[in-house]
Amino acid sequence: MYKIVKRKELNKTVTLMEIYAPFVANKAEPGQFIILRVDEQGERIPLTIADYDRAAGTVTIIFQIVGATTKKLNMKKENEYIQDFVGPLGRATETEGVKNVAVVGGGVGAAIAYPVAKKFFEKGANVTTIVGFRNKDLVILEKEFKAVSNKFVLMSDDGSAGQKGLVTNALKDLIESGQKFDKVITIGPLVMMKFVSLLTKEYNIPTVASMNPIMIDGTGMCGGCRLSVGGKIRFACVDGPEFDAHLIDFDEAIARSGTYSDFEKHSYEKTCNLFKGADANG
Amino acid sequence: MANMSNIKNEMPVQAPNVRNKNFNEVALGYTPEQAIDEANRCLNCKNMPCVAGCPVKIHIPQFIAMVAKGDFEAAYKIIAESSALPAVCGRVCPQETQCEGKCVRGIKGESVAIGRLERFVADYHNAVNNQARQKPESNGYKVAVIGSGPAGLTCAGDLAKKGYDVTIFEALHIAGGVLVYGIPEFRLPKSIVAKEINGLKELGVKIKTNTVIGKTFSVDELLNDGFSAVFIGSGAGLPKFMNIPGENLKGVYSANEFLTRINLMKAYSEDSDTPVQRANSVVVVGGGNVAMDAARCAKRLGAQVYIVYRRGIEEMPARREEVEHAIEEGVVFKTLTNPTEILGDNNGCVNAIKCVEMELAEPDASGRRRPVVKQNSDFIIEADCVIMALGTSPNPLIKSTTSGLETADWGGIIADEQTGQTSREGVFAGGDAVTGAATVILAMGAGKKAAEAIDNYIQNKKPR
Repeated sequence: MYKIVKRKELNKTVTLMEIYAPFVANKAEPGQFIILRVDEQGERIPLTIADYDRAAGTVTIIFQIVGATTKKLNMKKENEYIQDFVGPLGRATETEGVKNVAVVGGGVGAAIAYPVAKKFFEKGANVTTIVGFRNKDLVILEKEFKAVSNKFVLMSDDGSAGQKGLVTNALKDLIESGQKFDKVITIGPLVMMKFVSLLTKEYNIPTVASMNPIMIDGTGMCGGCRLSVGGKIRFACVDGPEFDAHLIDFDEAIARSGTYSDFEKHSYEKTCNLFKGADANG
Repeated sequence: MANMSNIKNEMPVQAPNVRNKNFNEVALGYTPEQAIDEANRCLNCKNMPCVAGCPVKIHIPQFIAMVAKGDFEAAYKIIAESSALPAVCGRVCPQETQCEGKCVRGIKGESVAIGRLERFVADYHNAVNNQARQKPESNGYKVAVIGSGPAGLTCAGDLAKKGYDVTIFEALHIAGGVLVYGIPEFRLPKSIVAKEINGLKELGVKIKTNTVIGKTFSVDELLNDGFSAVFIGSGAGLPKFMNIPGENLKGVYSANEFLTRINLMKAYSEDSDTPVQRANSVVVVGGGNVAMDAARCAKRLGAQVYIVYRRGIEEMPARREEVEHAIEEGVVFKTLTNPTEILGDNNGCVNAIKCVEMELAEPDASGRRRPVVKQNSDFIIEADCVIMALGTSPNPLIKSTTSGLETADWGGIIADEQTGQTSREGVFAGGDAVTGAATVILAMGAGKKAAEAIDNYIQNKKPR
């Protein structure tokens, strides 16, 4: 069992938790992920590591409530426990030799972009962070991002926070205005990453996307997390989760991510009914 | 007086049309009367060919003699001298190519039902015996075992009996490896696996789940952390695919994923949060035990199920009983058939699989007749789910994080066949991580040999 030592709601649908898992914290690096199970009946879900504190032995996860499992997880309170927590899994972000980097995140993906930006910043790279949200109520980690970015651009779909528009608009403007990037890292919804990738391909800027496909074991056994990268089958759990964005078949990844959407909807409704009383009590 | 019947006592089973709708165990086990009658078919041959066929060298005629006498506990003690997991092996060993394949009674009729007798004895013991096993006195040496599948469990059990302080590191949330994520409940009830693992805990074996060696800790860290030796029994790795178009459509699974969802995550149960597709028509590609398991699981979830295999039914590597059970349960076999493309609809979901017919030419390097494509034989099977059961390639996590650990071209860890010794001092390996996908009993045999070699290594290196 793994203790939730801190729980904080970042907005209505996004929650941060610090989990006491000293062996995971000890090895965790930006770009890696963990797999957790909330309870005995729980499914195994992968979540990218949002931060870690080796001294305190904690790993931070930030998740959006999208389905039954994240709903259940969100109902857990500080000092309660979750069943399983394993990691760190996957390969860390490669930060060596990068001088000018753009970190482009969207929605809850911004949570994962944060440790990546931080690592680049600590390594002395010139970090431009572009993060996008639907509206001002959904903005997370603004202060944290500013602290680890040489340039920080906030975008929102409706203009209620930062500039109005998509992250790709901001990235394109910066590139057009002459800013040089030797690497772009994009983390967020698949559709966003697809369009970031299409944009940077035009300008021939090496780009890495952090993929978060359906996964079970996360250790190179089940093969559920496979993607087409450069026409070959690659496994996000052991070969990734970061891949050359220009080689990823995003349309296929988008289709595969919806494999269980009907099941998830049914399961989410079931969980919501289960928690109806608890919800009402706040 | 020996029972000279030429046929085995039949195994009582759930009726095919009942069992193909539930996940309860198919075979129900012999009664004591049936077991004694079957044991009397054994001729107690002097040269014991059956023992030669057993990878862990169980004293077969001796245990069968005890069954014939009705002393089932004595029979159990004889088996337990050689096998760490008798209730498991009695159920999943390919007896027809091992002990039973060598049985003299098999020349003129059917061999003695050694596997069924082993299972009977183990189940009898488990039912009547509730005594905790005695924890042996510690010899003060720590050994790390990576993976809690058949190789790791056997190695850990043998070392614990010798007094070693053994810790098993398991990546998943429960112990058992392929015995829990791969082999289905209806063939190997998980309560049996849990019981065997509990027995190891009584011997003092510690099990650390949620710990991925190569990620959470490295092999070198274990050796620096007071473990005198490490055994790698991490099992087989990533599933293979055919590299035909359509393999990433929605509804295409590797057998590993499909079986893990069902067996480990219990996706067939309403209580489980883990989803699995409830398909109408499922095509399983492959002819091994894993293919049979996947097909029979799919059948139990209510689908029409086809097995597509490029050679004939005789060439299938699956255990014969599994093939027979699959046929009885209504799985349709399309042998001498090979897929060429998986077809999908506008939503990216599978809707059919395109195949060609094959014919068998002269034998190839494996000694099996080589299948070649029959010209203009394309045809289509409608399916909303395709499961690829084509074997696996080795997991890269340990080899990429253990300096000086040599691996073969295909990725398997190189280890001495007799001892499991790898290229690193104090590091031993066995099971699928070394051989590629094989059987439970071969992995157990490797775990057993490695336990002995680890004992020799530690005792020679650090004499008291």
